[in-house]
Amino acid sequence: MEPPSAARSSPLGENRRRSSPPGRVFARLREPWTDRQAAWRLGAVASLVLLIIVLMVAFVAVRAWPVLQANGWISWLGTGGNVDHQLGQMIATGQHPPDSAYHLRAWPLIYGTLLTTGASVLIGLAFSLLAAIFIVEFAPARIRAVVVPAVRLLAAVPSVIYGLIGILVLAPWVGSHLISPGRKDSVQNVVQIDGTGVLVAVVVLTVMITPIMIAIVVDALRAIPPAWTEGAAALGANRWEVVWSVSVRAARPAIVAAAVLACARALGEAVGLSMVSGSRGFSPNPVDGITYLFEPIRPLAASMVENVDAINAPPVRASIYAFALLLLLSSLALSIGGYVAKLPMRRQGLRV
Amino acid sequence: MTIVPPTAALRRDAPRPAPRGDATRGWRWSQRLALVACWACGLALCAVTAAIVVYMGVRGVQYLNPELLFSRPTPGLQQHTTGGILDPIVGTIVLTVIGIALAVPLAVAAAVWLVEYGRPAPLARAVESGIEVVAGTPDIVIAIFGLAIFQLPLFAPLSFTASGGGVFGRSFLAAGAMMSLIALPLVFGAAREGLMAIPTHVREASWALGKTRICTIRTILLPQIRTNIATGSALGMGRIVGDTAVVVVLLGATLQLERQGDVPILGNLRGTGSTLTSYVYGASPAGEGNAPQKAYAAAFVLLLIVLTLNAAVDLLGRRKEPRA
Repeated sequence: MEPPSAARSSPLGENRRRSSPPGRVFARLREPWTDRQAAWRLGAVASLVLLIIVLMVAFVAVRAWPVLQANGWISWLGTGGNVDHQLGQMIATGQHPPDSAYHLRAWPLIYGTLLTTGASVLIGLAFSLLAAIFIVEFAPARIRAVVVPAVRLLAAVPSVIYGLIGILVLAPWVGSHLISPGRKDSVQNVVQIDGTGVLVAVVVLTVMITPIMIAIVVDALRAIPPAWTEGAAALGANRWEVVWSVSVRAARPAIVAAAVLACARALGEAVGLSMVSGSRGFSPNPVDGITYLFEPIRPLAASMVENVDAINAPPVRASIYAFALLLLLSSLALSIGGYVAKLPMRRQGLRV
Repeated sequence: MTIVPPTAALRRDAPRPAPRGDATRGWRWSQRLALVACWACGLALCAVTAAIVVYMGVRGVQYLNPELLFSRPTPGLQQHTTGGILDPIVGTIVLTVIGIALAVPLAVAAAVWLVEYGRPAPLARAVESGIEVVAGTPDIVIAIFGLAIFQLPLFAPLSFTASGGGVFGRSFLAAGAMMSLIALPLVFGAAREGLMAIPTHVREASWALGKTRICTIRTILLPQIRTNIATGSALGMGRIVGDTAVVVVLLGATLQLERQGDVPILGNLRGTGSTLTSYVYGASPAGEGNAPQKAYAAAFVLLLIVLTLNAAVDLLGRRKEPRA
């Protein structure tokens, strides 16, 4: 039991401190914190993150509101007209534009986002699964000591450098070697193809997101308990069968999670894609055959970067925030999806 | 009845696979093909990395010269009249310092609270997933959110103001604040890993000596996770240095550092400028400058900075390992 004098002196001390003159605020802050104060203050700092997320959704949604209201909640995602033309029309509409100035049909941009993201995640997934198996199971120690830093380096290279290589090296090469003059002439009246376009965008985006997927899959493969693989080997499975039917199968949730998180990353890639995608709000038609691969597109994130200079026009601003809202909500959904995808592995006690 | 696979007998008689050489004996062709594909993917990764680094290195050495490094950029039509990349380099350094100086205290405080206090539990879980959400949010969305925040009249003194009195919401301070959000999850993750790796008995020993929790944190735990925090900060700095979207949206598109107001340092922080990333973007054929040689030179400097930070992360990780 605590001595009564100590119990009484502490509230007295609190009172004395509280009545100190305001000039001694700094002196009070420098006093050692009590545990209760520390928990409260650090908790407040940590909760700032939640506040920021709430503010982010609120601000973006409020600013996107005029476009959603003028076009309808869903229909602004639809097709109709030329989206670049619509965005251009918005610029000179004054500070108090009528509802009609907000007209927007953003399907080409959404199509571009879905196309680049989907294609690069599919290609990257196959590639990164094989690479992760190689790193964890088959690479001799000496080669592993090269591959692992290489992956980390690829993940660290800024997207603008990928974009620069894409636009100065890949695109001119594609433009002069893969696209024949006849092909260029065949679509001359519709769209110009000069190298930047679907193919280069997907290649560059794949290189950007593969390292992230490899890192997640490698972590999961390493988390598989040796007893499982040794058990399979003891039953007579050869090394590939052990890897494929035990390790990879057990790590399947993490592979799904890797794909989901890479999707989130690919959705938000703005500057790199703005440089290599051809930068036109155009939706290529698969009926065009091989020409399809060379036609320009422009994803949502890239459109935001490119239109940010005109942000003082209210309709353009509302459109940019509407794109941001779409990206924000999808990345939120993908974050949750990645977490849910990993749950089965966590349930088995694997730390992923 | 037991089902015996047809190849079981073969396998029983086969010698144990030797460690090297004939490790694939008895494999099906499809399995051998898959193994070859694995090797091909691994080696292709190395090849791509090497190609990027070597190509950027060659171009950088070709186009970079001291004069370019130490002269200020000027707008111009020809490549030889557009000056150097001094301002972007300074801009990158300033922005990184602001971003990391804001991110580290926030992230460490959040990690300490989460691991050491973590009550009420639902709030702790919410904060943890909140930071994951921030990590997954595209940088362009963070940037555009920052523009909305710093255009509020409340924050007008912090940013560049147009001559007519309209608020632009663009400045080093605004960009740095949003950059801190990009670095925050990395520093948080590293600090949390470090705290969780410290065994409980260390804390219990300190409590048994009569230290409070916060005193234990300050004198025992924080000094121990210094390396983790440094690793997280290096990762975060790498992310900040390489980010373009926030710079393009929040720092404005002026090539030179432009001061807002007359106060020397504060005025620069409130003013606009450029960084290496925005310079590369602007000088590439996608931007207005169209000066590929300068873009290569700036990208080379950028890559060098990123490689240095990467090496620092490796070094810190290696220093941590022997103790663990």
